[in-house]
Amino acid sequence: MEPIVIAKNLTKSYTKGLRALDNVSLTVDRGKVLVVMGPSGSGKSTLIRTFNGLETFDKGELNILGIRVDSSHDEKRIQKIRKRVGMVFQQFNLFPHLSILENITLAPVHVQKRRQAEADEYGMYLLSQMGIDSHAYKYPSQLSGGEQQRVAIARALALKPELLLFDEPTSALDPERINEVLDAIRKLAEQGMTMVVVTHEISFAKDVSDQVLFMDSGKVIETSHPDIFFSNAKHERSRKFLNQLDKH
Amino acid sequence: MKINQKIFLQLGIFIIFFGLMGILINNLTVNLARTGIGFNFSWLFKPASFALAEHPLPFTSSDSYAWALFIGWLNSLKVIVSSLILATLLGALIGFARAGKNSLLGFISAAYITIIRQTPLLLQLMFWYFVGFLGLKDNMFIQLKNIFSVSNQGIEFSGLTFSSEFLALLLGLSIFTSAFIAEVIRGGILSVSRGQWEAFRSLGLSERKGFIRIILPQALPAIIPGLTSQYLNLAKNSTLAIAVGYSDIYAINDTIINQTGRAIECFIVLLVSFLLLNLLITNTMEIFNKLILKSRKYS
Repeated sequence: MEPIVIAKNLTKSYTKGLRALDNVSLTVDRGKVLVVMGPSGSGKSTLIRTFNGLETFDKGELNILGIRVDSSHDEKRIQKIRKRVGMVFQQFNLFPHLSILENITLAPVHVQKRRQAEADEYGMYLLSQMGIDSHAYKYPSQLSGGEQQRVAIARALALKPELLLFDEPTSALDPERINEVLDAIRKLAEQGMTMVVVTHEISFAKDVSDQVLFMDSGKVIETSHPDIFFSNAKHERSRKFLNQLDKH
Repeated sequence: MKINQKIFLQLGIFIIFFGLMGILINNLTVNLARTGIGFNFSWLFKPASFALAEHPLPFTSSDSYAWALFIGWLNSLKVIVSSLILATLLGALIGFARAGKNSLLGFISAAYITIIRQTPLLLQLMFWYFVGFLGLKDNMFIQLKNIFSVSNQGIEFSGLTFSSEFLALLLGLSIFTSAFIAEVIRGGILSVSRGQWEAFRSLGLSERKGFIRIILPQALPAIIPGLTSQYLNLAKNSTLAIAVGYSDIYAINDTIINQTGRAIECFIVLLVSFLLLNLLITNTMEIFNKLILKSRKYS
């Protein structure tokens, strides 16, 4: 088993006493999917955003794809990580002034220095994989939320990443648009993509995850196999959280 | 509001407006008749009989008032256009520094903006003229092999000379306006959501590339209107040239009024020339704005 993500004792404090991350350790192996769950403010977004350097931490150590990062946050190393790790955001964050295809080819052309024609071709392939190649020359505002999020996934895939991070990818979507995005992520999981997914979607998490990590107040409460976590979670706090999610 | 009430209100405004105009025009004609000056522009073609320190085109005291006014207009245009460029460059630099991550640069630019914005332009112009240039020794202060020299006469640079009056006005206007432009630019940059920064960073784009390709194109539509109004202010503020003795159109108008007593005609010339200039600035910026909006076909 080749580990892709190793986090050791990550700690981040905002103000005295309040900790966004409290001694968080975890490992994600190649080809595996880790689902991170927890109430809002539990630090799950902060955690996955440290993986590509969008968030800093005060103590501990990260090892992403063999690149080590500590609290000094060496910019060159973070830049190396970002070229090999894709991220999908809750609010899509597509570039509104660029067409769908331009959104996808920006990084391959300007970061990997690929030829535009080559990037366009691969971009079109990714869009067809997501079932939205007919929208290639439209602008983000002309697409529905679900379509925009699938563009965001294609954009994250354009650099051929070895790890994908999803920060609540369906939380900003209309209920009837959630499944088209979850299906796209399921497909990626079947293809063996290594992923860390922050989500509240229980049935999706059951399907897709190899491991579920439950967080509260910046601490890891438990890390379990999904079969165990969703039927017989080890901790009282996890069971209480799942009960509340069920009531929705 | 009922329709007849609306008509009554409109009628009332109409009567008040034209009543006031009538009083003013009547006042003017009565006074003109009393002083016996009359209202005409034939004096424009009489010799000006004053000298100008600065003239981009040939000018002698036997040239007409009209030519003197035109020279003044050129002088105004020269200082406005060059200040506009310098103020934009300075403002962009300070604005980027202010919005950036470097805390020392951020502090310095914040201090610059605060000091420049909270002091009157007139004082700043006086400062640059009397402390900045006239404070220099009259023998060449800095001289580099006859290519570049700075003295209380101004700056000479490989054959081109810039008077100290022009330079004081250029510096004063540019620095004063740059502080406002910096705030306009910072506001534009801050109007782009944090998510856009995170998105380009997560794709491995460098800060510089991401700023140019992602942030700036989205900030520009928010920057242009504020920038236009700063440009208009700069053009109008250039009339403070008189404080440092630079012969812009206002200063020359002032001299002509003293000589001829043609205050009304002169002010009409002045108002019309500034109106035309500012319409030119507004329209140019509008074209620029449309080009940008055209390039973003979305929303």
